[in-house]
Formats: sequence, structure tokens, C-alpha cells
Amino acid sequence: MPDVTKAQTTDEALLDAVAPPAVEVPAGQDEKKSDKPRSLWGDAWYDLRHRPMFWVSSVLLFLLIVIAAFPGLFTSVDPRDGDLVNHYLSKPELTHFFQPDWFGYDQQGRSIYARVVHGTRASILVGVGVTAVVTLVGALLGMLAGYFGGWVDSVISRLTDIFFGIPFLLGTMVVLNAFTERKVYVVILALAFLGWTSIARVTRSSVITAKQADYVTAARALGAGTSRILFRHVMPNAIAPTIVVATIALGGYISAEATLSFLGLGLSDPTISWGIDISEGSKVIRDNPHTLLFPAGMLSLTVFAFIMLGDAVRDALDPKLR
Amino acid sequence: MGRYAARRLLQMIPIFIGTTLLIFLMVHILPGDPVRAIYGDKAPDPAQIAAIKREYGFDKPVLEQYVHYMLNLLQGDFGKNLAGRPVIDLMSDAFPVTLRLTLLAITIEIIIGVGLGAWAGLRAGKAADTGVLIFTLTVISIPVFVLGFIARFIFADELGWLPPNVQDSTSFSQLFLPAFVLAMLSMAYVARLTRTTFAENLRADYMRTALAKGLPRRRIIGVHLLRNSLIPVVTFVGTDVGGFIGGAVITEGIFNIQGVGNLLYRAVQTSEGSTVTGVVTVLVLVILLINLLIDLLYAVLDPRIRYA
Repeated sequence: MPDVTKAQTTDEALLDAVAPPAVEVPAGQDEKKSDKPRSLWGDAWYDLRHRPMFWVSSVLLFLLIVIAAFPGLFTSVDPRDGDLVNHYLSKPELTHFFQPDWFGYDQQGRSIYARVVHGTRASILVGVGVTAVVTLVGALLGMLAGYFGGWVDSVISRLTDIFFGIPFLLGTMVVLNAFTERKVYVVILALAFLGWTSIARVTRSSVITAKQADYVTAARALGAGTSRILFRHVMPNAIAPTIVVATIALGGYISAEATLSFLGLGLSDPTISWGIDISEGSKVIRDNPHTLLFPAGMLSLTVFAFIMLGDAVRDALDPKLR
Repeated sequence: MGRYAARRLLQMIPIFIGTTLLIFLMVHILPGDPVRAIYGDKAPDPAQIAAIKREYGFDKPVLEQYVHYMLNLLQGDFGKNLAGRPVIDLMSDAFPVTLRLTLLAITIEIIIGVGLGAWAGLRAGKAADTGVLIFTLTVISIPVFVLGFIARFIFADELGWLPPNVQDSTSFSQLFLPAFVLAMLSMAYVARLTRTTFAENLRADYMRTALAKGLPRRRIIGVHLLRNSLIPVVTFVGTDVGGFIGGAVITEGIFNIQGVGNLLYRAVQTSEGSTVTGVVTVLVLVILLINLLIDLLYAVLDPRIRYA
């Protein structure tokens, strides 16, 4: 970073902007018990711990994961039980915390609160599942392409171009339309089918950078085998951008699942999904906005938490982007 | 420049063939029988089904169908849908509508996105910056279809400023709300990208030089800083066109616009393979050409970039 504070100008506002006040504090004086320099991961962890955004999103995500794992802890009402006689589109009782009527009832007389709670699992599973599949496939292909180069690279890169060429949502719609009963794993595989390309590209380019490092040449000169070089030397030094892209994409997959469910092409009925509920709610939004707002709010909150986490991880791992 | 463009155009051919083959395979290999679907729950005559399949060539191997399709495509023939209407007619009805919608959305995206981003980037670390960050995070977190319904609910149903359904797709005022909804997500990304590059480029040497020369503030920011910060933004807008088409499926559904998104949605639901393949083929071509255009635009934005 060039030192620009010497630049003299009468325009103080601009000078202020050109030489921003020292926002980045972490010199880490309080941590200097050992003189050992921190590794990239140690450094990232140190940075993460000092970000409020990281803690806010972590607490939110922890809560969401608990809800997804044990929905019974939060409501004892069956989310599929409708009582049309007593509860048809009843309004929410905003003071009845954690009661079945907290968020009101939908047009089948089902408790929206119970449905919101039970819908968490599908969304979290889809988000985490797609990210896992996409990262495995994309990172593997990207690593092969970047490390071996030549025809391997050409084949994988062209394949990536082709899968990248099809608009994501449209392609996924076509894939999902082929299945009549769409369970969580079907949606995961359909989203992963076109989703791996950006991870493959990012991994490829960071592997190309990492493999040119001196320590890789040194390892090769010492007689290390391909797999040892790839997994012990190249991968640990090239995986950071991959993790960043994967974390940021996670929230996007949850959003994509809800969008597809909303279109009637995502999860299908016995599975409870916020997307389906939002779609149902949109039909009566005019007089009953609560049917849409609560599932939509929960969905947005979840995506928000994951995107915030992705942001914090990116800032921690890639200081250049700060 | 000319040679570079020619080379890039040649490189597009294998990607174009690969992408169309992939979508063709996806449409034709995956389960789901469009001919059977015409009859709904009625039991069709097997001979009739066989006749329709023969007419559309569904009885031949998939690769042969693909070659046949591509040969027809070279003559501008996109085939016809199962109702017998030429796909090209369906597309020439739908594409202008979506083109208007998308262009309006991209304009909104760039103006608001770059504006917000520049505003935040010049004040990096201050309250305005944090405010823009939280705003963009919120917008990114709310899925487009939720945003669409909320916007329609507030501006059309409650306030009555705009009609909830777009009746006239050439009317700017009717298209504005859908275009705004469509633009929101990308607008947030553009704002964040602009903010980052602005904050980074503020520390560049040429900024110091411009300041030292005593140039007016407006020129430093509007010419030096903006032009140098636009490259990543232009790249993003270019690669995002595919996302816009995905968003158009949602937005056009909510606001009842008869565009490409609507056409595709109906075609996917009825397993109308020829329409899906046709529309995606055109979209792929458009996206490839836009990417080339963006690469050529780099040279305009940054004279150091030359294409031999």
C-alpha cells in the first residue's frame, strides 16, 4: 500500500478518502505470546474471531442448525395437521411466543410457525449438501486441470465452459422436471449438476499459481510423488479461494432451492419447504400477507446468515479484498 | 482487434456445439414423455403416439436427432412445438419483451449499483459504507421471488401506483417495477464490487498524481477513478446475463409478462423439448457474443489492453 498521506491538497474530503483512516487494526499485540508467525489458517482464524459479523452469523447458524436437527424442541404441533374449521387463514398472534398461532395459519388451517420450524431442515440440508458435492467435484476437477495442464486441462476446461454456458436456473429446471417425486437428494444432485463450474475454475487457477512455487519444485527435486505433491503441498496452499467461493455460494443454493420449489420444480409435497409455503402464500397475499412474510422472512434470515459467514471468511482468507 | 475477434468467434464454435448438445441430451434423455403428456390422463392410441413420434423424429437415436436439429438450425429452422407452431414464431414474440425488460434492468442495475458503490467506496470505513454494506447484504439475502411479491404487494396492491400485471410490454412505466425487481440482486453485487474497487483504487499511484497535478475533484473521481474501476463491474454485468434470464422466469411469472422466461417455464413444465432447446440455444449464443463484446470493451476502458 503506497503511503499517500504526504500528498498535499486543499480538498480535504478527497484526501481523507484517498488515505483512509487506519481501519485495519489487527497488528495482534495482545496475541504475541509466542514469536512463531501464524500460518494462513491461524491468521484467518485470528481475523475471524475479531469480526462481529462472524459471530452474529455463527450464532444465527447454530440456532438454525439446532432447529433443523430438532424441530420438536420448538413446536409440538404437526406441521401437516390442518384445522380448516377453526384456523382457516387465522391472523398471527405476535405476542404468543413459540405458540402454534404465533405466525398465524395458512389456507389449509396449518400452523405457519410449525411449518416454518419444520421447513428449516430441507433448506439447510440442500444448502450444505449442494455445497459439499459441488466442492468435491469442482475442486477435484480443478486440481486435475490446473496441476496436469496439457490435454487434461483442455478437456476439463472445455467441459467446464460447456456446463457454465447453460443458464444455471434454467438447466436445473430442465433436470428437475424429469422427476415426479423430488426428495432432498434429487434437488441436491440437480443443483450440483450445473453448479460445480465456478469452483472448478477458481481451484484450477489457484492450483496453477501454487504449483509454480519454489517449495513444489523443491519437493519434486527431493523425489516426492505426484500425489504427495498434490495433496501435501499444492492443495493446502490453493484451497483458500475454493473455500471462499463455496461458503459464499451456500446461501445462494438455499435461495435457488426455494426459488425452484416456488416454481413447483423443487422439493415436492411431503417435504416441507419454505419455497412451497411462499408459493402457497403468494396466492392469498392481498389479504393475508402473513402467509408469505413469515416463511419468506425465515428463508431470507437463513440466506443472510450464510452470506454473512461467507463474507467474513472471504475477508479473513483474502486480505487483498478488504 | 479484428483478428482477435475472429479467433474468439472460432473458439466459440466448439463451446456452442457442446452446450447445445448438453441441453439437447438433458431434454431428450431424462425421463418424461412429452407426446404422452399431450393426452393428459386420457389413454392415447399407441399407433397415434407412434405416428407423432415419427413425425417429430423422436423414434431415431438421440445423436441423430441432434445432428438433424443442428443442420436445420443452420438454415434458421428451429423446428416446431407439439402444437405445430414454429418455435421461431414463439421466440420472436417473446424475445423483444424480455430484451426490453432486461435492458431496463441492466440500466437500473448499473446506475444505482455503481452510484451506491462509489458513494460507499469513497467513504470506506464510515457509516455510509456500513449502511450500504448492510443494505446490499439484505438485498442479496431476499430471494427474487419474495422481493417481487413484496414489491407487487406494496406498490401495486396497497399503494396502487402501478398495475399488478403488465398489460402492455412496450410501456416503460409498466415495465419499470418488474425491471427493478429483476435488477435488485445484481445491483447489490455491482454496488459491492464497485465499492471494493473504488476503495482499492483510491490508493493507486495515479490518484496521487492526479491530486498532485491539482485536477478538480470531479475529474479525478469521474474520469480517473471511475474508468479504472469499471473493468470488474463490466465483467460482472457481462457474466450475469445468464442470471438475468433465470430471474426473468420469476419476474415474468409474478408480473404476468409474456416473455422468454414465461415461454421457457411453460415449455419446461410441459416437457416441450423443441422450445426449450431452441430458446436455450439462442440464449447461449447471446451470452457467448456478450462475453466477446465485454472482452473487446476492456480495450476501450483500459488502453494498456491491446488485442493482437
